Amino acid sequence: MPHLELDNISAAYGKLRVLDGIDISVGSGETVGLIGPSGSGKSTILRVLTGLLKPEAGAVRVGGEEVNFDRPAEIRRLRDRAAIVFQQYNLFQNLTVLENVMIAPTKVRGRKPREVRPEAEHLLAKVGLADKMDSYPDQLSGGQQQRVAIARGLCLKPEILLLDEVTAALDPELVSEVLDTIRGLAEDGMTMLIVSHEMGFIREISARVAFMAEGKVVELGSPTQIFDAPEKERTRDFVGKILRH
Amino acid sequence: MSGFLTELTSLLTQYNLIFLLKGMATTFALSALGCILGGLFGTALAVARLTTGPLTLPLRALALVFTEFFRRVPFLVTLMLCFFVFQFSGLDVSTFTVGCVTVVLIGTAFLAEIVRAGLQSVHPNQWHAAETMNFTLLQTIRYVVLPQAWTVILPPAFGFFILFIKDSALASQIGVVELTYVGKVFNNRGFSAGLSFGVILVAYFMLSYPLSRLGAKLEKKLASSRTR
Repeated sequence: MPHLELDNISAAYGKLRVLDGIDISVGSGETVGLIGPSGSGKSTILRVLTGLLKPEAGAVRVGGEEVNFDRPAEIRRLRDRAAIVFQQYNLFQNLTVLENVMIAPTKVRGRKPREVRPEAEHLLAKVGLADKMDSYPDQLSGGQQQRVAIARGLCLKPEILLLDEVTAALDPELVSEVLDTIRGLAEDGMTMLIVSHEMGFIREISARVAFMAEGKVVELGSPTQIFDAPEKERTRDFVGKILRH
Repeated sequence: MSGFLTELTSLLTQYNLIFLLKGMATTFALSALGCILGGLFGTALAVARLTTGPLTLPLRALALVFTEFFRRVPFLVTLMLCFFVFQFSGLDVSTFTVGCVTVVLIGTAFLAEIVRAGLQSVHPNQWHAAETMNFTLLQTIRYVVLPQAWTVILPPAFGFFILFIKDSALASQIGVVELTYVGKVFNNRGFSAGLSFGVILVAYFMLSYPLSRLGAKLEKKLASSRTR
C-alpha cells in the first residue's frame, strides 16, 4: 500500500484548471521527484496535499485513509502527517531560529517546551545550524533559512515531507548545503515528494520521477527512464532542453 | 499684559481649577474609553473580517457594514444618533454615557480598519506557513502576524488617538462637561474668549502630547526590534 496516493486529482484556481486527473503514489520511505515546466501544476499538488487548495475531484490517501477535504478535522490530520517546506522558506520573521522550530509543536500541538527544545536543538544541529539558534531569519543566508525551514518541518515529526522548489530562491553556492540536508533525510528513510528544477539532484535522489505538463502527469518512471529514455515526446522535448543548458 | 495676568489670576481659583480638572478627566475618560474599548472591539472586528468560509459570512458582513458605516458618518451625527436612540428607548442614561457609547462606536470602526490593514500588510507566506502547520486563525494572529504588524498599526493608531482626544470636544454639544464645555463656561462667566480657550488649549496639549511621545517611543522601540 502506498504511503501517499493521489488518485485522479483535479483542481482549479477559479475557472482555471491547474490539475487534471493526477495519479501519483509515493511508497513508504520513497522519494518521488516532480519535474516539469513552470505552470505545469507541480507546486499545486503540494498545495492540495497541505490543504491550501481543495481538489475538485479525485482522492488523496495517506496510509490508505482517504482525506475528506470538506472536513476541517481531516485537513488538520493531513497537515499533521505531511509537512511542507516552501520555496521562500516562510520563516516567521519575528521569531528566532529556535523559536521558529519550536512554536508549532508547543503552541499548536501543546507539547511542553522543555520536551521539544532538545529535539529542536538536535534537528538544528543536524542541519548544521547549532550556532544560529538565537539568530533571527534576516540574519541568515538563504541556504541557512531554508535549512531552518526543513528543521521546522521535521520538528513536527511528519510522516511525509513535501519540498517545494526549496533551492529555487537560493544563490548557486548555497544550493549544495540544502541538497546535502535533503540527501541525509532520504537516507534516513523519510517519505518525500520533491518539486525541483535541480535535475541532477532529482535524478540522484528520487526512486521515481514524474514529469508534468499542463496539469497532467505526462510520464512517470525511474530517473533513468525519464532522463535517458523518455517514452513520451513531450518529456523528451523538456528533458532535451534542460540537459542542453 | 498686567490685565491678562489679573484675569488669569482670577480664573485660576480653586473652584475653577477643580472644574477644569474635572473637564480634563472627562475628556481623558472619553478618549481612553474610545481608544481602549475601540481598540479591543476594533481588533475583534478586524479578525472577524479575516475569517473564511460560509459559516462566518454573516460575521464578516456585519463587521464590514459596521466599519464602513461608522467611518463615514460624522462624529456629531453619530453622537446625535446615539443621543436620540437612548432618548427614544426610554433608558435613563447620562449624557456622559451617551458620549462614551459614541466614542466606542467610532473608535471601534476606525481602529478596526487600522488593525485590518496592519494584519493584511504581513506577507501572505507567513499566513500560509502558519496554516499548513495547523495554527488556528487566532494563534496565527497572536504568535505570527500581530507581532509583525505592530509597526504598521501603531503610527496611524496613535495619530487617530490624538485626533480622537480633539474630536471628543463634540460631546459638549449634548452637554457632556468635558474640556471644550469648560472653556465655554469660563467664557460665559465673563472671562475673555482668548484666556478661556487658551487655558483649554494648554489642557488639550497636556493630554495629547504625552500620548504622541508614547507613540513615537513605541514606534522607535518596535522599529529596532524583530517585528518586521
